[in-house]
Amino acid sequence: MKFIISILLSGLLTYAVGIYGDLPWWSFVITNLIIAIALPIKPAQAFVAGALGVGSLWAGLAFGIDMSNNHILSTKVAQILPMGGSYLLLIFATASIGALLGGLASLTGSFVRAHKS
Amino acid sequence: MRLLPLIASAIVTTALVFTLNIQLKIGNAKAPRLGYFLSPQHGFWKNAEKIDANFDASIVANELQGNVDVYVDDRLVPHIYADHDQDAYFVQGYLHAKFRLWQMDFETRVASGRLSEIAGADKLPIDRMFRRLGMVYGAEKTEVNINETNPNMKATVDAYTAGVNAYIKQLDPADLPFEFKLMNYAPEDWTPKKTYLFLMFMSYDLTGRSASVDLQMTNTRDYLGYDLFDKLYTNQQDSLDPIIPKGTVYEKPSIVPVKPMNADSAYLHKPNSLAFNTVDMPEAPDKNNGSNNWAVAGSKTKSGRPILCSDPHLGLNLPSLWYEMQITTPTHSTYGASFPGSPAVIIGFNDSLAWGVTNAGRDVFDYYEIKFKDTTENEYWFNGAWKATTKRKEVIKVKDSLDVVEEIAMTHWGPTMFDAHYQNTQSNGRNLAVQWTAHNTSTGVETFYLLNRAKNYDDYLHAISLWTCPGQNFVLATKSGDIAIKQQGSFVARWERQGDFIMPGEDTSFQWQGIIPTNENPMIKNPERGFVSSANQKSTDASYPYYLGAASAFPLYRGISVNMHLNNMFQITAEDMQSLQTDNYNVFAATARPALMKYIQVDKLSSDAKRMVNEMTNWDLYNNVNAKGITCFKIIWDSVEQAVWGDELSGSTIPLLKPDAYVLLDQMLNDTNWSIADDIRTKDKVEDLKTQVTLGVEKATEKLLALEKENKLEWALFKATRVLHLTKTPALSRMNLPIGGGVNIINATTENHGPSWRMVVHLTDEIEAYGLYPGGQSGNPGSPYYDTFVNYWAEGKYYRLLFLPKEKLKQSERTKWHMQFQKSNS
Repeated sequence: MKFIISILLSGLLTYAVGIYGDLPWWSFVITNLIIAIALPIKPAQAFVAGALGVGSLWAGLAFGIDMSNNHILSTKVAQILPMGGSYLLLIFATASIGALLGGLASLTGSFVRAHKS
Repeated sequence: MRLLPLIASAIVTTALVFTLNIQLKIGNAKAPRLGYFLSPQHGFWKNAEKIDANFDASIVANELQGNVDVYVDDRLVPHIYADHDQDAYFVQGYLHAKFRLWQMDFETRVASGRLSEIAGADKLPIDRMFRRLGMVYGAEKTEVNINETNPNMKATVDAYTAGVNAYIKQLDPADLPFEFKLMNYAPEDWTPKKTYLFLMFMSYDLTGRSASVDLQMTNTRDYLGYDLFDKLYTNQQDSLDPIIPKGTVYEKPSIVPVKPMNADSAYLHKPNSLAFNTVDMPEAPDKNNGSNNWAVAGSKTKSGRPILCSDPHLGLNLPSLWYEMQITTPTHSTYGASFPGSPAVIIGFNDSLAWGVTNAGRDVFDYYEIKFKDTTENEYWFNGAWKATTKRKEVIKVKDSLDVVEEIAMTHWGPTMFDAHYQNTQSNGRNLAVQWTAHNTSTGVETFYLLNRAKNYDDYLHAISLWTCPGQNFVLATKSGDIAIKQQGSFVARWERQGDFIMPGEDTSFQWQGIIPTNENPMIKNPERGFVSSANQKSTDASYPYYLGAASAFPLYRGISVNMHLNNMFQITAEDMQSLQTDNYNVFAATARPALMKYIQVDKLSSDAKRMVNEMTNWDLYNNVNAKGITCFKIIWDSVEQAVWGDELSGSTIPLLKPDAYVLLDQMLNDTNWSIADDIRTKDKVEDLKTQVTLGVEKATEKLLALEKENKLEWALFKATRVLHLTKTPALSRMNLPIGGGVNIINATTENHGPSWRMVVHLTDEIEAYGLYPGGQSGNPGSPYYDTFVNYWAEGKYYRLLFLPKEKLKQSERTKWHMQFQKSNS
C-alpha cells in the first residue's frame, strides 16, 4: 500500500512543484526525497516508486503535449538532440531522465530511514 | 549501517542533477541543459503549441491611455484597433514580443556585438567587427538625437518599448521562447536603443557591403594596376536601363565635387607598396540584398486604378524579418509588413496610398587611411599637425570567459576599424577609419511613422525627405491616381571613383565635399510610360551630375526584365502583377546564350559537352523548378568567366573581387579581340575568346556530369533554396524548397536569399491587396504558424490581405480570435 501511495504522491508532488516556473526543474528530487523519508519502504521499492511516479508523469505530460501539437516540435527537437527525428524516442528519453532521477532521489530518501532503524 | 549507501546514492543523485543542469559540450556546440530542456513543465515541451490553440486574451496594462481591440485572423495576423496612436504602438510592441521575442533579442545582439555573451568566445570576431564598425556608437547618437529633438518619435518608441516590456514582465519562465531554452539564456528588458540598433543593422545589411568591397577593390586595383582594373571592373554598363528613364534632363547640381589634383597618383594609381591583406569579414552583407518595386498607372490597368508592387530581397530566415499587421487608430489605418524591433509598418499601404522600397545601393561608406603618431593611437596626422583622438571603450562580455575590451580610437572621420589591434595574421599595420552616413543619427522611424499616415503625394515626399540611411528607392501609388518613385537618403556628392578604394586620410583633400540636397535626388512622378520601377540598377544614366558609386554595386538585369515586361503590359490586373513578381524569365541568359554560342567551337567539343550545350540551347530561358538548361547555362557561364579572367586573378594570395558578368558579356557582344581573353600564363601563344569559351565549356561539362550523377541537374535541386533559422540549425529551417528564379531574375530567389515579402496592392476604392512572406506569424518552432506561408511562397501563390474597418473585420469569417487590451480591470 505504501508503495502505491509513494508512486501516486511522487507523481502528484512532482506535478505540483512543476507548476511554479520559478522553482528549479529538479524540485521533484526534493519532494521524492521527502516522500521516501516519510513513507519508509525497501530501497529497491523506493527506487521503483520514485521512478514510476516521475517517469510516468513526464511520459504522460510529454505524450499529451505531443499529441495535441501533432509532433511539430518533437520531430524538430529529435533532430537537434539527435534522435533521428523520432518523437517516440524523445518522449522515451524524457520519461527515462525523469524516472532515473526520481528513482535515485527516492532511493536516497529510503536510506535515511533504513539507516535510523 | 545504511550510511554508506545513503552517501553513495546522495552523491550519484546530486551528480546527475548537476550534469543534467549544465550545458554539456557536444562537438563544437553546447547542448541545452538536458534536465531542464526535457522537463515537460519547464523545457521545450512547453513550447509545443496546441494545433488548435486559442489566441483569445484579455490583457490589463496601466501604460495604456484607452482600450485596444485586436482581432486576429486565420493566418494569425493581428488587426489592431486603438483609440490612441501611442496605444497602438504599445500593443504592436506587445504582439511583436509575444510572437517574436527571441529573434528581437538575437538580432539586436548581433547588431551590438553581444553574441559572445550568450554563445562564448567563438563569436568574438563577429562581435568585435560590429563594435569597431561603430554600430553601438551610431545607435547611441540616434537615441540622443531623438530624445533631444523629437518628442513625438521618442513617445512612439517609448510606447513600443513599454509594450515589449509589458509582455516580458508577465512571461512565466516556463513559457520562454524555445531558443532561449535551447541556448540557455533569458531575455532582458527592451530599450529604445535596441530599436535603433535594429535599424543600424538594416543600414549595415543594405549599405555595409562597402566594408568588405572597398578593401577588395583596393587590393584588386593594387594587384592588377589601375588600367587593367578599370577594364575588368568598368563603370560602363552598356545595357543599363536606369530607374529614371534615359534622356531625363537634370538640373545643374548645387555641389560640384572636385577631384583632388593629386588623386591620380595618390589615390587611383597608388602603388602596391603596402600589400594589404584583407581581414576576412565574418559577416559580409549579401551582394544580392536588393529588391524589386514598381507601380503602374491607371492608364495601364484594367480597372483604371494604379497597382503597386514591392518585394524586398533579403536573407531568407526563420523567424522571418517581417511580421504582418494592421494598425488602425483615429489618425490612420495601415496594413503591411512590420519589423519586430521597430514601431510602425515598414512596407505596406493605408486607405489612401501604398508604398514600397528597394535598396539604392549607393556608396555611403568609406575608409580613410590614418597615420597615428605612435602605438597609443592618441594622435593622428591631419592637415600638417597631430590631432588628438578620443577613445571609445566597448566591453564585450564573453560567456565562461573574461571580458574583452575594445578600445576604439575615434577620429574626425569616424571609428578606427582596423589598426594594430584588429588585423588579420598577415596584415602590415594599415590603420583605417570608417566614415559612414549610418553614424550620423537617423530619424528613420519617423519616415515610416509618417508614411503610415500619408494621404497623398506631398505627404509621401515629406515623409521620405527625412530618410537618411540606408538609401532607398521609395515607390508610391495613390488612390487618387499618382505614381512616383524617388531615390532618397543621405548621399555623398562624389567625384568619379571617390570612395571606391581606401582614401588617404592625412588631410582634407579626399574628404566628402557635401551631401546631395534632397531635392536633387533622382525622382520621377507620373511618367508618360505609365509606370515607375526599380530593381537596384543605377538610378540614372551618366547625365546625372553626381557619381553614384562603383558600377559593380548595381545589378543590371532584373531592372531590364521588369521594364521590358511593364512596357509591354496593358489592361493589367492584380493577378498579372503577381505573375510578374514571380516571373522566372532569364533576361541575362537571353543575351548571353547567343553570345556564348557565337564563340563555342562546337566541332571541337566532346560528345558529353555537346549534349550539355544542347541542353542549354533547348532551354526555354525560364529558371523554372525542373529546368536543366539553366543549370547547364550557369555552370558553363561561370566556367567561361573563370577561363577568361581566372588567369589574371589567379596569382593573388589575397581575396580579389570577381568582375561582373556584364563586363564579359559586353565584350562578347562588342569586341572579339579582347586582350583579357589571352591566358597570360601561356607565354608562347595568344588565346582568343573562342578558345577560352570552348575551354570553359569542356571544364563545365566535368562539373555537369558530376551533378547529373547526383541527380542535381534540375534547377531547384541544384539551387537548393532554404529558409534558414537564425541559428542556422537545419531542423528548425526549411530546406530544399521547390522554387525557381535566381540571380538576374525578377523572382530573385537564390540559395538563401530572395523575395522576403511579396506585396501587390491594387488601389481601388476598397483596397485589394495580396501578399506573403516565406515564414509564418509565429516565431515559435513549436507552433503550426511557424512556417505556414513557406510552401505557398515557393509555389508563387498569394494570400488576399484582410484590410477592413473594425466592425466589418469583427464579422469577417476569417477573424478567429479577439485580444482585449484594457487600461484597468474596470
